[in-house]
Amino acid sequence: MIKIKNISKSFKEKVVLNSISGEFDKGKTNLIIGSSGTGKSVLLKCIVGLLQPDRGNVFYDLRNFTDADKEMKTEIRREIGMLFQGGALFDSKNVEQNVMFPLDILTKMPDSEKIDRVNFCLKRVGLENVNKKMPSEISGGMKKRVGIARAIVNNPNYLFCDEPNSGLDPQTAIVIDELIQEITKEFDITTVVVTHDMNSVMGIGEKVMFLYKGDKLWEGSKEDIVNSNVKELDDFVFTNKLMRGLKGK
Amino acid sequence: MKEFGKYVMFLGSLFVRRESFGTYYKLTLEECMQVGIKSVSLVAFVAFFMGAVTTVQTAYNLVSPFVPRFIISQVVREMTILELAPTIIGVIYAGKVGSSIAGGLGTMRITEQIDALEVMGINSSSYLVLPKILASLLMYPLLVIIAGISSLVGGYLVGTLTGVITPNDYIYGIRINFNEYTITFALIKSYFFAFLISSISSFKGYYTHGGALEVGIASTAAVTASVIAVLLSNYFLAQLLL
Repeated sequence: MIKIKNISKSFKEKVVLNSISGEFDKGKTNLIIGSSGTGKSVLLKCIVGLLQPDRGNVFYDLRNFTDADKEMKTEIRREIGMLFQGGALFDSKNVEQNVMFPLDILTKMPDSEKIDRVNFCLKRVGLENVNKKMPSEISGGMKKRVGIARAIVNNPNYLFCDEPNSGLDPQTAIVIDELIQEITKEFDITTVVVTHDMNSVMGIGEKVMFLYKGDKLWEGSKEDIVNSNVKELDDFVFTNKLMRGLKGK
Repeated sequence: MKEFGKYVMFLGSLFVRRESFGTYYKLTLEECMQVGIKSVSLVAFVAFFMGAVTTVQTAYNLVSPFVPRFIISQVVREMTILELAPTIIGVIYAGKVGSSIAGGLGTMRITEQIDALEVMGINSSSYLVLPKILASLLMYPLLVIIAGISSLVGGYLVGTLTGVITPNDYIYGIRINFNEYTITFALIKSYFFAFLISSISSFKGYYTHGGALEVGIASTAAVTASVIAVLLSNYFLAQLLL
């Protein structure tokens, strides 16, 4: 479980996050949603430690990450897997080397075991026979799958996904969403997904946090969204006729 | 001053939370290929013609019959060892390797590859930059030696083939009154230049923000700052050590 408490972050005069608190449950797909520029990615970066919050704390299973020393931070980070928006695969390494990278750096596993683990993870995300391909030779959807394989290869306790289906066609986006949810259940990990894609929200949103202009305005499950009375959330979710029909408007 | 302070802190960050020796060993060897071996042909080519042009132009300026011809190769030797090999090759190194380092790191930054390393608990600056600096410190002095030899050979071939100096005079001029300290001085300079070029270029690339345009700007800034640093340190080292 990940707990955030009163997270605030400003860039110069601009307040991007205003005292955000909440919990992300283990074994669930937790979503952070909101329009562009509401601070979702900044919140995610504060949680994983890529940005230092101005105030507030992040707890990984009761371990205070924000105030931890460098050794403790490194230890916690090594339990984190992250899928970046563009995949963030290393250009100079092929698919196999990319997925194997965390094992090379963080473990003392024998090579044969590493290769078995890489092949298992690639198979798990539906990729086979692409081990020797370079990132430039594979599609956007495949890059995301490789990114997921790399994120889970070292058996993380926490999985973070930043806009996992941006730039993908709707069909592939759903496949990636389902893959994230399956992995969350299968490995019983805490997954946090940042998205503004409503298909993702309605598909995998077991626990949803809605951000609006740096504030947390709402929290609940995807089923609760339909019955929410928060105008900003309604405006965000029910943008088209089809969705408004769902709400009965 | 703020930028300089940030640069010093960046250098300090290279030595904390390091990975294993084996990791750096492998990465440094890979970087040696990138920054050193792949620069040999360019360095040799440029140095060859530097030596050739220096020979021809020195001969052109030595019009007095009282000045012996071996002075030409002596001038070529001194200019090559003291200045052309370490400093001009430094400018070329900044253009080729420095821009490549800044561009590579800048691209890694904007495509979140550096963030990916950090999230894994890896000190990205140490992992990415330290091998580049170590490789430069290992390879740049070798490039300077290759440049020196290539320049002297270029001067010999062009000087003798065009008839401005005889082979015997050229060899005699190269050997007469040779002060070994000039080699030491050139190598000391090469270590300074290697460190400055690789660290400044890495610094500029590592802190790139934005998109493709900013990566280009970072590469240009890396070359500009490296060349200025090389020229300034060249002056101070000459004052200090000669």
